[in-house]
Amino acid sequence: MARQTQPIRLEVSDLTLAYGSNVIQRNVSFNVARGSIFAVMGGSGCGKSTLLKSLIGLLRPVTGSVQFAGENYWGVSAERRSEIGREFGVLFQSGGLWSSLSVAENVALPLRMFTSLNEASINMLVRLKLALVGLGPAADVMPADLSGGMRKRAGLARALALDPEILFFDEPSGGLDPITSKRLDDLILDLRDGLGATIILVSHELPSLLSIADAGIFLDADTRQPVAHGSPRELLETCDHPTVRAFMNRERMTTVENTGGHQDGRK
Amino acid sequence: MQDRHKEVSENSQTENLGAHRWTMHRENGQVVVVISGDWIAREGGMSVGAADHILGHDADTAEKISFDVKDVGRWDSGLIAFLWELRSGAAVRDMVFDDAALPASARRLLALASANEIDVAVPADNSSLSHQLGGWVIGLGGKIFGGIEFFGDVLLGSVVGLRGQLKMRAVDLLDCILDAGSLALPIVTIVNFLVGGILAFVGAVQLSRFGAEIFVANLVGIAVVREMAAVMTGIVMAGRTGGAYAAHIATMQSNEEIDALNVIGIPVRDYLILPRVLALTAMMPLLYLYGCAIGILGGLTVAVGMLDLTPTAFFEQIRLAISGSQFLFGFGKSIVFGALVAIVGCRIGLQAGRSAADVGRAATSAVVIGIVGVIAVDAIFAICANAVGF
Repeated sequence: MARQTQPIRLEVSDLTLAYGSNVIQRNVSFNVARGSIFAVMGGSGCGKSTLLKSLIGLLRPVTGSVQFAGENYWGVSAERRSEIGREFGVLFQSGGLWSSLSVAENVALPLRMFTSLNEASINMLVRLKLALVGLGPAADVMPADLSGGMRKRAGLARALALDPEILFFDEPSGGLDPITSKRLDDLILDLRDGLGATIILVSHELPSLLSIADAGIFLDADTRQPVAHGSPRELLETCDHPTVRAFMNRERMTTVENTGGHQDGRK
Repeated sequence: MQDRHKEVSENSQTENLGAHRWTMHRENGQVVVVISGDWIAREGGMSVGAADHILGHDADTAEKISFDVKDVGRWDSGLIAFLWELRSGAAVRDMVFDDAALPASARRLLALASANEIDVAVPADNSSLSHQLGGWVIGLGGKIFGGIEFFGDVLLGSVVGLRGQLKMRAVDLLDCILDAGSLALPIVTIVNFLVGGILAFVGAVQLSRFGAEIFVANLVGIAVVREMAAVMTGIVMAGRTGGAYAAHIATMQSNEEIDALNVIGIPVRDYLILPRVLALTAMMPLLYLYGCAIGILGGLTVAVGMLDLTPTAFFEQIRLAISGSQFLFGFGKSIVFGALVAIVGCRIGLQAGRSAADVGRAATSAVVIGIVGVIAVDAIFAICANAVGF
């Protein structure tokens, strides 16, 4: 099935986000197609993570709706919202692992809480999820003893625990070296293709955005609203909004350097 | 999971393929596993242990395992876990795992689950009893020596600090003094008032049987000044301030703030420990004096209310009963208690691990060790005082 005709998985309309009377973003509307990787882009402090919070149920928007599978996420009861939330897997910026539980217990806890699987099945699933992210041998390690990259992968394994329909990533490659970051990007692509999950990604890491995202929105900190829609590649090539250009320019320079100037077809 | 999506979002008329099932048969020297139904892990669509059954049962001479997945409905990790287990089992038995018939996404996940098996250093498991016991004894010895070293270090630092040669920030010291001093007054008031009142009440009940009501003042005065004001204030401060010191420093430890201090070269002792130790050591004697006054006031309230004593008679009796040396004894003890509670709190905070649970453990240990320490040191004081006939 061609990607363009894929049905909408998440429909965000006219969202206004605020902390108290301080409006962070307004007029935020976008659709996320099933199986796509959607990027929320923008500079530091523009409200990317705040938008993510309102998508995963941590911050109620002032106005607007978030439709998931035909239901307005913010228009239903809190119980129903937490039921819907089980279809979401979230990788937090710092991993968000529960520090008193081992890596395997972190992955097992959602399965214990929300399924009636027996212990053998839970162990099997935990081993599988950890193997998917390459952390099989670290199952019994405590989160405090993991490196930054391993913590992210462990957080990813936990996000995958309940086979979510939508995966949210908050700055997945933030604080990681380029090689580890690239590996994580590959892993995200593999998981998207393998699991058929829809992925929403908050990031300002351009190399990563360009290589994996196929749709997106650009939030502007000054006007406090989205200023461009499209994949990072499209924004890089066609968008002429000054903030977007300034944001993308640095990447163009990096890309040109990396490829010896051949990126733009110049000799 | 892709197929699950398909059913949920696109095809509302999907036939119900029923529960997950597998069967196996032999075909041209190979094992063919026929998989059908819905394999959704959350709904119980898993077959843990089936691999051993399939491979161990009839596969002695088979060289290859292949699949028929025509009738598979929705699937997610449940199916992948089943296939993954089969694949590991096949690898052990040198069988060819023919995944050609499997859905492409399932093949990709299986490849991912195996490709990522990189080596990760896992701490060695030394779980033998003798090893644990030895480790515990060595750890305890280390803790005791470390504690003594820390105490000496803080003592030396205090001497230097009193000469005004430290890099301690005055504002930190003032903050700590405010916290350990005036902000502690309400709870010190309540506890000492009640203790004074309880002593007077117990004394009044017993002494009125002999017509010696006036000696309630002696009982309250001596008990409060010599023991209770210092001990109760010490216990209150161990629970309130010692625990807070430990939790604060342990949280700084887990936030890498202590590491940042060490890297820049700011001495943790001067910046974090000494302001707290000096503040609590200085404030505790003042709280003790305040606690004495409030304790005696509590005793007076009960005595006047229950025994028809006049306040004048009560105070006069107390004046005769308490000597200056008893005040000094209590005062000296309170200085020691203050230093003890602060040093224990800071030391335990610095030694804490880096997780949220470690912060909780540090606060608990600081309170428990602080309270037990105050009572134990008070007992030592009592024994020494008794030995010298004081």
